[in-house]
Amino acid sequence: MIRAENITKTFGEQQVLKGISILFEAGKTNLIIGRSGAGKTVLLKSLIGLVQPTSGSVWYDDVNFTNLGKEELRAVRMKVGMLFQGSALFDSLTVEQNIRFPLDMFTNLNAKEKSERVDYCLERVSLTGANKKFPSELSGGMQKRVGIARAIVLNPKYLFCDEPNSGLDPKTSIVIDELIRSITIENNITTIINTHDMNSVMEIGDNICFIHQGKLEWKGNKSEVLESTNQELQSFIFASPFLQRLRDRALGRPV
Amino acid sequence: MFTFFSHFGRYLIMLRTAFSKPEKWRMYWIETARQMNDIGIGSFIIVALVSVFVGAVASVQFAYQLNGQLVPRYYIGYIVRDLCIIEMSPTVSCLVLAGKVGSNMAAEIGGMRQKEHIDAMEVMGVNTAAYLVMPKIVAAIVMIPMLVALSAFLGILGGYIASVPTELLSHGDFVRGLRSFFVPYNVFIMFVKAIVYAFLLTSISCYQGYYVKGGSVELGQASTNAVVFSDIAILLADYIITIVLTS
Ligand SMILES: Nc1ncnc2c1ncn2[C@@H]1O[C@H](COP(=O)(O)OP(=O)(O)O)[C@@H](O)[C@H]1O
Ligand SMILES: [Mg+2]
Repeated sequence: MIRAENITKTFGEQQVLKGISILFEAGKTNLIIGRSGAGKTVLLKSLIGLVQPTSGSVWYDDVNFTNLGKEELRAVRMKVGMLFQGSALFDSLTVEQNIRFPLDMFTNLNAKEKSERVDYCLERVSLTGANKKFPSELSGGMQKRVGIARAIVLNPKYLFCDEPNSGLDPKTSIVIDELIRSITIENNITTIINTHDMNSVMEIGDNICFIHQGKLEWKGNKSEVLESTNQELQSFIFASPFLQRLRDRALGRPV
Repeated sequence: MFTFFSHFGRYLIMLRTAFSKPEKWRMYWIETARQMNDIGIGSFIIVALVSVFVGAVASVQFAYQLNGQLVPRYYIGYIVRDLCIIEMSPTVSCLVLAGKVGSNMAAEIGGMRQKEHIDAMEVMGVNTAAYLVMPKIVAAIVMIPMLVALSAFLGILGGYIASVPTELLSHGDFVRGLRSFFVPYNVFIMFVKAIVYAFLLTSISCYQGYYVKGGSVELGQASTNAVVFSDIAILLADYIITIVLTS
């Protein structure tokens, strides 16, 4: 469980986050949705301290994440896995070395245990055998999966995904979404996903927070989206006339 | 002026974080070894080239200036030797290294910042200021003095090659010059300079890369700034070290 309390963030003149409080539950895929530039990335990075929020506090279960000392901060971060928007794989390292990096840095496992763990993670993301490839040799979807493998190698309790399916075709997006969801449920992880992908919203939206103009505009789950009367949400999710017709048909409204 | 102090403050903070206890000594050692290889092997040829030619030009130039004067010819060997040891090898080599090693480091770290590699490491719990900066500084402080010593040797060799075979002075005179008025303290000055410059050029270049923002234009700027500010710092340090160590 992660709890954000009244997070604000200002860059110079621009107030990007205007006081956001959200509860992210364990074992669920918690979605942060909003238009490009709404501040999703800034919010996600504020939760893990990559961006210093201007005010507000963040709780990881019963640990107050704000104002932690260096060692305590590291202890929390070692329980966090993160998938970046551009995957952020180290491009001079192979797939295997990428996934092994956290193991090399933080564990005392021997070489055999490490390679077993790496192989397990690769298998989990259906990339068995890609060990020796370099990130540049992989497709965007495969890079995302390696990113997920690296994020889960230390058995995280919290998983952050910044737009996991941006730049992917719809089919691959669904594979990635399902993968994140099943890993979340298997390990009872608190997963937070930034997205503006309407498929993800409808498929894996256990908890959905809609960020609009720096505020939490709406929250609910995937089955509540259809029926919500929030205008901003409706125009964000059902952006095209085509989608609006589909929605109206699903709700049995006259088309 | 305000920006200068805010940069300087942030630079000091980065350095303080850079020298904290490594998460895993082994990983830092591997990274240090990689950097030593990059700096040492990677820069040997350019430093050697510059040193040989500066040494050569210096000897020919002095031979020309001493023509028809009462100063003995063997002074050429002596002057080339001390020029190399005190000034040319440490300062010129490090100015060249700032251009090669410094810009490289800034671009490498800056690229990692822009591609969110640094963020990715931070989230894992890595102290990135330490992991990315400390091994580079350590490697430079070990390798650059060696390069500088080599440069001094090659500079003197260059002076010899340019003057003895062309009969500007005899082999005996050159060697006599090399052996005259030798002050071991000058070699000490050379190593002090080499170590200080190595520290300055790596830490300044890492700083430029570590705090880079934006895109490829800013990355290019960071790389240029790394060279410019390293050069300025090296020249200032040269002046200060010379005053302090020779007074
Ligand atoms: N480091 C920064 N400095 C200044 N402004 C920033 C910074 N990071 C993000 N912003 C601004 O914050 C806003 C939200 O950005 P972001 O969180 O990346 O949006 P998104 O919802 O698409 O992820 C944007 O207007 C962006 O310009
Ligand atoms: Mg974003």
